[in-house]
Formats: sequence, structure tokens, C-alpha cells
Amino acid sequence: MSQVSVRKVDIAFGSVPVLEQLDLEVAPGEFLVLLGPSGCGKSTLLNAIAGLLDVSRGQVWIGDRNVTWAEPKDRGIAMVFQSYALYPQMTVAQNMGFGLKIAGRPREEVDRRVREAAAMLQLTTLLGRKPAALSGGQRQRVAIGRALVRDVGVFLFDEPLSNLDAQLRNELRVEIKRLHQQLGTTMIYVTHDQIEALTLADRIAVMKDRTIQQLATPEEIYLRPANRFVAGFVGSPAMNFHAGAIEAGKSGPAFRRGELSLPLPDRFRDAGGAVELGIRPEHIVIGTGADALPAAVEMVEPMGAETLVWARVADEPFSLRVEHTVKLRPGDRIDLSFPGENVHVFRAGTGKRL
Amino acid sequence: MSAGAIVPEGPRPRHFGWARLGIYAFLIVAALFFLFPLYVMVLTSLKPMAEIRMGGLLAWPSDPTVEPWIKAWTSACTGLRCEGLRVGFWNSVIITIPSAVLAILLGMINGYALSFWRVPWANWMFAILMFGTFIPYQVLFYPLVRIASTLGLFGNLGGIVFVQVVFALPVMTLLFRNYYASLPEELFKAARVDGAGFWRTWFSIMLPLSGPMLVVACILKVTNTWNDYILGLIFAGRDNLPMTVQLNNMVNSTLGEREYNMEMAATLLTALVPLVIYFVSGRWFVRGIAAGAVKG
Ligand SMILES: Nc1ncnc2c1ncn2[C@@H]1O[C@H](COP(=O)(O)OP(=O)(O)OP(=O)(O)O)[C@@H](O)[C@H]1O
Ligand SMILES: [Mg+2]
Repeated sequence: MSQVSVRKVDIAFGSVPVLEQLDLEVAPGEFLVLLGPSGCGKSTLLNAIAGLLDVSRGQVWIGDRNVTWAEPKDRGIAMVFQSYALYPQMTVAQNMGFGLKIAGRPREEVDRRVREAAAMLQLTTLLGRKPAALSGGQRQRVAIGRALVRDVGVFLFDEPLSNLDAQLRNELRVEIKRLHQQLGTTMIYVTHDQIEALTLADRIAVMKDRTIQQLATPEEIYLRPANRFVAGFVGSPAMNFHAGAIEAGKSGPAFRRGELSLPLPDRFRDAGGAVELGIRPEHIVIGTGADALPAAVEMVEPMGAETLVWARVADEPFSLRVEHTVKLRPGDRIDLSFPGENVHVFRAGTGKRL
Repeated sequence: MSAGAIVPEGPRPRHFGWARLGIYAFLIVAALFFLFPLYVMVLTSLKPMAEIRMGGLLAWPSDPTVEPWIKAWTSACTGLRCEGLRVGFWNSVIITIPSAVLAILLGMINGYALSFWRVPWANWMFAILMFGTFIPYQVLFYPLVRIASTLGLFGNLGGIVFVQVVFALPVMTLLFRNYYASLPEELFKAARVDGAGFWRTWFSIMLPLSGPMLVVACILKVTNTWNDYILGLIFAGRDNLPMTVQLNNMVNSTLGEREYNMEMAATLLTALVPLVIYFVSGRWFVRGIAAGAVKG
């Protein structure tokens, strides 16, 4: 396991900047997930760490070496690609052993390590097959095996599961997590699937617009998103947002938008001005409390264990998540309360968390 | 709905309408049009001269003979020498094989470098190559003759091979570049992470995937070189004249009576190699042209 450190890196394709002044420190043995919408530069950053792409400025350190100019093979990394990228004409065993063979390791050692990795990933019976004769999940396991065999300090994954169906994705996700616990290798994992990010990561780096928006633990990102973008991007179903203003009332600050007046905790006393209020569907609670506001149910979406309810409070729409046992129908009248500790307020314009 | 109505079920019934009939009629006529000269050539080559003199171009040979074929191959006069077309045949073989091997190899490596490696000015180089594909090569003969003779590559086997390779490079590069561009780039990245360099990646990963394009390139280059006339005439030198040039000499240098049967046989002999190649490899050719991204 090695630490990875990206220092003030710029990358541009021609005159189009993709990353600007990017800093990232990954601790040894950490599982870091790069999360962000399509085209935000996740793969670009990963390729730069791998050495498949030159940086225009800045340095990349792996372990305690400056590898900015080093070839991928000399960086002590292995990479797993979205399209598997298995060599079609080689068997599974040859695919997995190719790197070692090139490095000039003796045959017995290559064989032994391929067999060890294959055993770890339940590939032993497939070693003689060509990639064309494998299923998608098996191919991706071979691709992971190929990385495993190389015995390196850092694993890089570029959306390794996005070509698989939902069930396989779950299976392999667990497998990757188990692998990380077993090996303790540093892993950097690109995805735009927030479930993968939240379940796998020690820390998540949420990216957008050439920069990292927030770098924190999954819990922190979920509970205290640093800005409007992170709040909207992480969490499913998405957070409720309403633009409005904070006003100081008799009994403390309140969020106002048209008829809607929502009491806020005292920490927003000095905020004032135009803001955007956010609250997750799972944090809105039905009934009780002095602060509860009357609402009308508009629509109900059953989702198995839970139900997503769309309701209007003072004519403003909110979605909330309830247990599937709570039976509601359009037109029902309910009371909703908005616990202050789970209400997020973002400055309008900058989107910064208050 | 009446009880007798046909319920649509199973495979759709085939209609043989007028449009289809028209297409077939056209195809058959076109085929006959192109086969007719071939038919006449084959018949004529199998008739003795006495029979040809009587006319009857389309008549079946009453006394078929392979004499003209043997003569065309072994003893017909091509210019001053009278050793038949076999000399030209072997010359053509000796020109074609190294030209094809070299042109394909270089084109393949060029295409590989241009599509996967970030060569400085790659796009410009490719644009120039593309331009080269469209220049009528006659324009270049004079300067090329001067260059070749300075290099000692004029009027000998090296000369004709050199010229054949140079003129084929743009097309070969284009062919392979586009083929490699259709392969997934992550394959190349994976090889690089595994530590494979320029040559290793080419030899271990790309070459084994090049099969379909290799067949196409081979067919194109071999038939092209075999059918070439003007380059062979100018650059090959007197001792290495290819079959096409010798055929022309033979047909044009006849004194006295024209031996149509022998000339027909000679022409068929010359066309035989490309014909055989097309017949044998037509299937692979289509497969290679149609080959897109590899799965796997
Ligand atoms: N070779 C290239 N030339 C020019 N621009 C590029 C190139 N590769 C990527 N880009 C641009 O750089 C930006 C970042 O691309 P990148 O592949 O890193 O996105 P990503 O975050 O991995 O997206 P995805 O989730 O779709 O894979 C994109 O806007 C893309 O258009
Ligand atoms: Mg990507």
C-alpha cells in the first residue's frame, strides 16, 4: 500500500482545461471514490495518476516518489477498466500473467501468482478460456485478477461495474470491498453511482467543473454537504430544494417563501438574505410536534420497502419517504415536521452551505 | 372477419413481386455482359489457328487443344527473347512478394503508431498521407526516377520494390489506422499499464487482432502489384519486367499472322493470379471490410 498525492495539477486537452489546480491526498490503504457527473474529469484524473496522460502542470506522487514523469509500469499501480480491456486472443491465465511475463519474471512465479489470484476470485476453472467465452461478470473479475497479480501498492478502478446488470453489480461491489479489506491496498475508484460511492468509500471526492467540490467521509457528505451541488448530487431520491429568504421572527429565524414559513434553528440567526433551503425526503417526519405544518398528499410512489410521498405544504411541493406500512392516498391531509438538525441552507448564487 | 381469412402466424410468406424480378433480370444481363468476352477468350484459346481462320467466334471448338497455352507459357516471343510468359510470371512473383510484405508491414506499423501513440504532428502527417492517396502518381514519375537512380534503385529489383512500397504506403497506412482506431483504446492502455512498450504492444496485442485487415490489405496489394504495368515498365529494368509488360510486348511485337489463340491464352494466364485470389479469399475480404470493433 502506498499513499497517492496529486499536487496542484492542471490538465488540458488542447486549449480546453479539464482539471485546474487540483490537490488530492490519499492515505495508504485508503479506499477513495471519485464521484461526479459524466464529463467532470474523473477518468482524466485517474489516467493522470496512472501515467496514461501527461499533466500540464503540477506533480503526482505515489509512495514517496515523484512519478510525474514515470511510465505507468514504473508507478506501482494497476488499473481496471470499464470495458474490461481483456486481450481477446489470450486465455484468462495469459491475460492475468501478461504483465509479469513482460517484466521477465520466471514462469513458475507467474503461474503461481496467477493461480493465487484466480483462487481469490473464483476463476480457477476458467483459466484456460478466452475472454469471448466468459460472461460480463466473469470478464470483470478477470480484469480485477489481472490487477491483483501485479502485486502493486495502488489499484485504480475506472467505473469497473457500470457495464454490468444491477445484480452482478451488487455482487462484485461486495467482492471489491472484501478484497480491499483482505489486501489493505490503496484503492482509487471512479464512479458516477452514488450507492457504490457511499458503500465502498472511506472518503469520497465529489467532483464537478474541473475541481473537487467536497472531500469527506460518506457520512459527512450525506449529512453535511458542502454546497448545493453536492447536496443535490448525493442521495436518492434527491433532496427537496426551495429558494427563498431567511427572516428574523419573534421566535427565532425562519425560512420564508410565499405562504410557507418554516422555523429554523438558532444557528441561522445571523444568516439573512436570499438562500436555498434543502431537506432530504427521509428526514421529513409525519405528524406531531409544535412546529408541524399541515400538508396535502398529492401523489404516492411505492418503492417496495418504502414509499415516496409527494405533498404540498403552503402550496410548495415536498417529497418524503415513509415506511411501506404507512398507507396514504392522494388528497389525505397530514402534518409534517422538519427537524432543524437535518435542514440545510445554502447561500443563493454561490451555493455555499451556511 | 370471414372464416376463411388467413391468420398471420409463423414466418411471413415471401413475395416474389415485379421489383424482385426486375432486379434478377438486371443482374443476369449484367453478368452475361461481363462473361461474354471471357467466354470468347476461353474458347478461342482452345482452338487451333486453322479453326480460328474460318471465323465463327462463338462456335464451340471442334478440335480443342491446349497447344496455345503451352506455347504462351514456354516459347512465345516477348520482344527479342522467346521463352514464353513464364519468365514474366516469375518476375512478377519476385516483385510482388517483397512489395506486398514490406508495404503491409510498414503500413501496419504506421497506422498503429498514428492511432495509438501520441506522435507529434500526427494529424498533420496523416493529412499529408491522405493527400498522397489522391495525387495521380504519374505526376511524380520524373522526380521519382531521378531520386531512385541517385539511390541506385533504378532499373533493378530493388527499384521496382521501392517504388511499389512507396506508392502503396498511404493507402496501407489509412487502412490500418482506421482499423486500429476502431479497436477499444482501453486495450492499449491496459497493455501500457502492464508494461508493454511500442513493439511489444504491437506484436502481442495488435498484430493478433489485425487478421481481417491483413487479408484485405494482402488482396489489395497483391492484385494491385500484379496488375501494375507502368511502374514495372519504368522502374523494373529489362531483366525484371513483370508479366503484364511481357504480355504487352508479346501481343504488340507480333510479326506476320496474329496468333489469337496463343494471345488469348497468355492474357488468361496473366489474369489468373488475381482471379484465383478473389475466388479463394472473397469471403475473408468481405469479412475484413465489415470487421468493426472486436468484442471481448
Ligand atoms: N482526448 C480528449 N480530447 C479532448 N477532450 C477530452 C478528451 N478526453 C476527455 N475530454 C474532455 O474532458 C472532460 C473530462 O472527461 P473525462 O473522461 O475525465 O470525464 P469523466 O468524468 O470520466 O466522465 P464519464 O463519467 O462520462 O466517464 C470531458 O468534458 C471531455 O469532453
Ligand atoms: Mg470516465
